[in-house]
Amino acid sequence: MSQWIAACDVEDVDLEDVIPFDHAGNAYAVYRSPDDAYFATDGHCTHEQQLLCDGLVMDGVIECPKHNGRFDYTTGKALGAPVLVDVRTYATKVEDGTVYIELPP
Amino acid sequence: MSSDRLGRYSLAGPENRAAVDAGLANGAWYRSPIPRKRMKELMRRSDMPAVRDTAIWVGLMVVCAGAGIALWGSWWAVPFFLVYGVLYGSASDSRWHEAGHGTAFVSRRLDEAVYQVACFMIMRDPTASRWSHTRHHTDTLVLGRDPEIQAMRPARLVRLLGNFFGLFDVPVAFKALALHVGGRLTADEADYVPETERPKVYRTARIWLAIYVGAVAAAVAFGSWLPLVLIGGPRVYGTFMHIVYGLTQHAGMGEDVLDHRLNTRTVKMNRINRFLYWNMNYHVEHHMFPMVPFHRLPELHEEIKHDLAPVYPSIWAAYKELVPAVLRQLRDETHFVRRELPPTAQPFNIPAPVNDGRALPLATATA
Repeated sequence: MSQWIAACDVEDVDLEDVIPFDHAGNAYAVYRSPDDAYFATDGHCTHEQQLLCDGLVMDGVIECPKHNGRFDYTTGKALGAPVLVDVRTYATKVEDGTVYIELPP
Repeated sequence: MSSDRLGRYSLAGPENRAAVDAGLANGAWYRSPIPRKRMKELMRRSDMPAVRDTAIWVGLMVVCAGAGIALWGSWWAVPFFLVYGVLYGSASDSRWHEAGHGTAFVSRRLDEAVYQVACFMIMRDPTASRWSHTRHHTDTLVLGRDPEIQAMRPARLVRLLGNFFGLFDVPVAFKALALHVGGRLTADEADYVPETERPKVYRTARIWLAIYVGAVAAAVAFGSWLPLVLIGGPRVYGTFMHIVYGLTQHAGMGEDVLDHRLNTRTVKMNRINRFLYWNMNYHVEHHMFPMVPFHRLPELHEEIKHDLAPVYPSIWAAYKELVPAVLRQLRDETHFVRRELPPTAQPFNIPAPVNDGRALPLATATA
C-alpha cells in the first residue's frame, strides 16, 4: 500500500521552482507551480544521473541542468531529445502547511 | 605511428568500457558553488540578445553575398566573400553550439530554426551532432567516451592544420552524409545516437544531398563557381576562425579528470571575436553550467572566477601555451597543461590517483 510522506513545508519551495527531497535512499524533486500547486517527480533525469533540482523551472517544464532534457513536471512527459523516457511523477497533497508526496511501498 | 595509440580515443574500442569501469563515464563533475537564487537568475533566457545577434549575422551575410555577387569576377569581391565565408563557415559553429543547447533563445522554435541552418553550414548532422555534443558534456575529454576531442595525444597535426580549411572535416562530413543517405551510421555515432533518433539522421542527409546536388547543378548550368562559393564553399575558405577559437577550448589539457578547471580554458576575447564565437570563450563556465545562456556567461564568470584558474588574457596567450603543449605531446603523451588554482578556490576534483590527467595506457587506467 502506498504511503504519504512529508516532503517539505509549503514555503520551502519558491513559486516556479524545485527542491530536492531524499527518502529511503531515493531522490525526488518537489515543484511549486506559479499558481501555487505542488508536484513531485523522480529526482534524476531519465537520460543520465543528473539531479533535476539543479535545473530551471519555466512554464510547467523542468529543464535538466546538464543537457537541457525537458520534462512537463505535471505529467512527467519527456519533451524531446536528449530525454526520450518520461520521468515518473507522484501525487502530492498539502495539509497544515506541509507538502506530502505519495510513494509506493 | 600512432594508430594504436589514437585508437584509444575510439568510442567503439576497449577504452569506452574501461572508462565506465573506472567511474569516469557519466562521472560526478566539480561545480563551483553558487546560491540557488543567483543560479536561477543566470539561467533565465531572453530572446533579445540572440535575435539581435542573429539579425546582424544574417544581415551581414546577405549584404556581403550581394556585394560579392555584384563584384564577381573582380578582386573587389574577395573581401566580401572573406567576411561572408567567416560568418558562414566559422560563426555557424557557435550558433550550432548555442542553439543546440537550447539556451540561445527563449523560443524553442527560434532555437531549432537557427540550429538547423547552422548545422547545414557547419556540415554536422543536427541529430547526430546533438547526441555527440551531449556526450562531450557528459564525458569531457574522457578517453573512449568523448567523440569531440580535437587534439589527441599525439595530435594528428596534419589533420589539425588542414582543418583550418576544412580539408579533413569536409570530406569526413561528406563520407558521413553518404552513409546517412544510405541509412547507416558511423561506428562512433552508433554508440551515442539512440535507435529511435536514427531515421531523422537519414532524412536530413537526403535533404542536404539534394541541396548540394542543386548547387553543383547550378554551377554547371551557369558555368560558374559562384553557387559553390555561396553554398558549401565557405566551410572550406571561411572556416579557419572556428578552428582558431575551438582549439583554445581543450587542446593540451588534462584527460580523464572530472573537473573542467583542469581540462578547459576560459580566454578573454574582443567584441568581434565574442560576437563570432557567441561568448564560448567562457568555456570553463559553459561546461560547468551548460544551461546558462551565452549572453549571461560574462556574469557567471564574475560570479565564480575566484574558484577558477586564472583566465587567459587573449587568444595569443592561450596559443602560447597550447602550441608548445601539443607539440610536446607528439613525443611525450604523458604531458599536459597543469593549471594552478588561486588560494580562494576549492581543490581540484581528481577522482583517483591513476586518473591524474595523463593519457595513460589502458592497463594502468583500469588497474
